[in-house]
Amino acid sequence: MRLKEIGGQIGEWFDRRLQLAAPIREVAEHAVPRNTASWWYVFGSAALTIFLLQLVTGILLALIYVPSGAEAWNSLQSLNHDVTLGWFVRALHGWGSNFMIAAVLIHMVQVFLFGAYKFPRELTWIIGVFLLLVTLGMAFSGQVLRFDQDAYWGLGIGASIASRVPIAGPFIVKLMLGGPIIAGATLSRFFALHVFVIPGLLIGFVCLHLLMVIKLGINEWPMPGRLVKRATYQAEYHELTKEDGAPFVPYAVWKDLFFAGFILLAVAACAVYFGPIGPSGQPDPTIIQTAPKPDYFFLWLYALLSLLPPSMETPALLVGPVLVIIGLLLLPFLSGEGEKSWRRRPIAVLTVMLIAVTLGTFTHLAGFAPWSPHMNAWSGDPVPDRFLRASTALQRQGALVFQAKQCRNCHSLGELGGQRGPTLDSVAVRLTQDQLIRQVIQGGGNMPAYGKNLSPAETTALVAFLETLHPAGQAAARDASRDTVLNESQPQEAPAPAKPAATQP
Amino acid sequence: MSQEKSWQNSPPNSAQVAQEAAITRRGLLMKLGIAFNGLVALGLAVPIVRFVLSSITRGRANGYLSWVPLGPVDDFPEGETRLATFRNPFVTPTDGKTVDTACWVRHVAGDQFQVFAINCAHLGCPVRWFPQSGLFMCPCHGGAYYRDGSRASGPPERGLFTYPYKVENGVVTIQAGELPTPGASTAHRNSADSLVTIQAELTSATGPSTFGDCAAFKDCSAFLGKKPPCA
Repeated sequence: MRLKEIGGQIGEWFDRRLQLAAPIREVAEHAVPRNTASWWYVFGSAALTIFLLQLVTGILLALIYVPSGAEAWNSLQSLNHDVTLGWFVRALHGWGSNFMIAAVLIHMVQVFLFGAYKFPRELTWIIGVFLLLVTLGMAFSGQVLRFDQDAYWGLGIGASIASRVPIAGPFIVKLMLGGPIIAGATLSRFFALHVFVIPGLLIGFVCLHLLMVIKLGINEWPMPGRLVKRATYQAEYHELTKEDGAPFVPYAVWKDLFFAGFILLAVAACAVYFGPIGPSGQPDPTIIQTAPKPDYFFLWLYALLSLLPPSMETPALLVGPVLVIIGLLLLPFLSGEGEKSWRRRPIAVLTVMLIAVTLGTFTHLAGFAPWSPHMNAWSGDPVPDRFLRASTALQRQGALVFQAKQCRNCHSLGELGGQRGPTLDSVAVRLTQDQLIRQVIQGGGNMPAYGKNLSPAETTALVAFLETLHPAGQAAARDASRDTVLNESQPQEAPAPAKPAATQP
Repeated sequence: MSQEKSWQNSPPNSAQVAQEAAITRRGLLMKLGIAFNGLVALGLAVPIVRFVLSSITRGRANGYLSWVPLGPVDDFPEGETRLATFRNPFVTPTDGKTVDTACWVRHVAGDQFQVFAINCAHLGCPVRWFPQSGLFMCPCHGGAYYRDGSRASGPPERGLFTYPYKVENGVVTIQAGELPTPGASTAHRNSADSLVTIQAELTSATGPSTFGDCAAFKDCSAFLGKKPPCA
């Protein structure tokens, strides 16, 4: 009893000077529409919670981390292995970044589907778009601070993309790298971005975002048929909170609190179970036995860059992001009024589904990168026995050519080998002998030409082997006119070589 | 002015307007204060902007490029392509291993070389040389190049970047110092049109049947279904 009194007096002493208690209480107890106290409304606060976790763990990591090209990798090793629980703090920060991007994206989808970006919350949405961009900026710069092989070559990819900007490209590259190559200065400036510049922007944007949520009110649960009109919306919203409102604290906040606790627990569980992310090999550009891959949230981009036609790549890289950002910024102005409910916005729902499926597919594809040659398939994956049974000496010679010329880096046989080119298990059914010869020697359809690297004897052997690659019950493809032509030409002998060219597709 | 005023709660009376129109001592001092700060900011902005842009301007003034030795000609047997490493000429104390750079040296014949950057012309990943198939392959997005560096397949729009080279006193020397990127200066370009030359060679490809340089062919049957020894 006595303690409580003293506590109260101390509180009063502070509040007479700070005068914050009343405005804080007002904000906490402001009325929100009753039906917004929903589990759908917790993702924004979840993103904020993870951001706070990132702030704390980031500061803790900075106690040990050395932002120097020569020392960074070693300091990460020391965090992982020497410093007590350094691995755990790194793991929290790394998994926190994955969760934060997920939370931000889910929050954005929810806001979009609930029509919360419409009048009068346009600016809240726009700041939200900036928040998404700075979050992605944090993700990329954070990946660079984990200064390993992936970070090094990831920077190379970033520089290659930046260099494609017309005229200014080379200057942007030097500005980005802090010098002529990826080196110590590059890491230092990404450290400054990740630790000072982007977090500063992020904190500023978060404050504005929250301020507007408080000033404009939480978006009411969208009801099909209740249309947003600029002239009447604010009065209607006011009416709603008055008639069917409840104080944010404690009526709605308990769900945010529970979800915040749950998400922190999930990050911690991932951190304990999966451990810290990387670092992979040392950032030594003379180690070229590496296949760099970006972190999870940029995998879709990695896939996109492999699958776009070469001529479309530069325009897509330079113009695409600008169009997407402009589109997102203009969204609240293009559809600032009208229906909010996803039940009456089929195009909105389809758009979200399409984007989700696209990103999901690209991310999934990037997981096994079928477009990349398997660099060791030719030396690591043997030709399965069944393809060599009852084969002639020439065909076996061809199998050797097939293996030694690294055909399997791109072509699989018996489900082993690269997936860049088509699988060759039954290639003889698809291509005739002439077509095989032409394809091997001239390439085409994204296959290099091997004319310079195969002697005629090697080509003959290789094609002899390829011709055996067809299912047992199915004959190899055959040029129907070939026998006739050969039979006809046999007595004369001379014109035979000219004929196959005419039968090419 | 009057339109902005109408936003405020109390409409301005004529006395206030008159007072604002006239130059007052306090108003003038405030404007002078702003102007003074503007001047100082401008003065500070010049060195700050120069500092920020120094990584660009330094390269333009002195140039990042210089000639770097790769090793004696004997290290690069004729007709072969070998990996060489060099230390980037522009070094700062915090660079660590990042200044060590790799490149592919192809000794064509005599004093004729080709020195390729390790960076794929698509997005800069490290390409690897496969002597058996005579291709450079990139592990990232599947770019492939022929032995002369020209594009073979995949997303790259051009051939590998080449460094200018010279052979001095039996030492292969290249001009290096900048990360080669697709948008960089045209000095590094290499755009041999491969398809035409192959077609030309095809018509005359009647030479003796040599089985390449892989040792596996010396003992065919022993290696079928196993790793070839020329890994």
